[in-house]
Amino acid sequence: MRFAVLVFPGSNCDIDCYKAVEDTLGEPVDYVWHTATDLSAYDCILVPGGFSYGDYLRCGAISRFAPVMAEVAKAAEQGKYILGICNGFQILTEAGLLPGTLRRNMSLKFLCHDAVLRVENNETPFTSDYAKGEEIVVPIAHGEGNYYCDEETMAKLKANNQIIFTYASNPNGSLNDIAGISNEQGNVVGMMPHPERAVDSLLGSEDGKRMFTSILKAWRDRHDAAVVR
Amino acid sequence: MKAIVYVTIKQSVLDPQGVAVQGALHSVGFQEVESLRIGKYIEIELNTDDRAEAEKRVAAMCEKLLANTVVEEYRFELEG
Repeated sequence: MRFAVLVFPGSNCDIDCYKAVEDTLGEPVDYVWHTATDLSAYDCILVPGGFSYGDYLRCGAISRFAPVMAEVAKAAEQGKYILGICNGFQILTEAGLLPGTLRRNMSLKFLCHDAVLRVENNETPFTSDYAKGEEIVVPIAHGEGNYYCDEETMAKLKANNQIIFTYASNPNGSLNDIAGISNEQGNVVGMMPHPERAVDSLLGSEDGKRMFTSILKAWRDRHDAAVVR
Repeated sequence: MKAIVYVTIKQSVLDPQGVAVQGALHSVGFQEVESLRIGKYIEIELNTDDRAEAEKRVAAMCEKLLANTVVEEYRFELEG
């Protein structure tokens, strides 16, 4: 399974994402620059955190027009696995690949600490190694993580089990304590917390590791099934 | 021609920055402030004199990039 870690000017969690794949899975992983126009070699695309384009105008507003984003949209359409973390989540909402948006934290403060998350949906390619309702510790580090969408969209998120993670204690004012959501098809997930920073007990938690193992398992299940057929 | 674009947070959406600044004005004695919302002001110089065309293009700029219509509204004026 091949992983791509996108790199925008201002990304700063790209190395963590790369290392998380390398160390927890040992699968091939490449950095892919924002100007790339072909992602066909990759099975999973990680959109990392940071401050792409300086967060100018709005977080993710400019990155979403980077050439590589047209390829990300194509990959999403093809059912490939796409995970946006923090600024990556903001970019995916701006790109319209995930519903809603991330507003300024209610406290107006940049928050940087461990957060307890509840796994709301473990029937996704990203969370199958967790138990439903399990509480995990994953750090957050954001100034704009306050999830918002209109009521109609929220009703759809609920009806379709698109709420993947919630905060046990809401740090930023997100509607319904939302920490991470998926698209309708379930192959695109965005989350504010950083699982790539929680892959070793030396980092304070290894609860993020199973997101990566889940993705690999999902890919293997699908890939092996295809081979048998 | 010049376009002046105002991007504001929708009335239905809480503006935490506005609430904080309103609180600050209250604390320095401006009790008459009943509500305050913060938005963005954007000046754009356009190399056209065609008003109808400019109107169409600026609206497209707002829809595509300048405003996130999930939480923001925009309006603009054309000058010159």
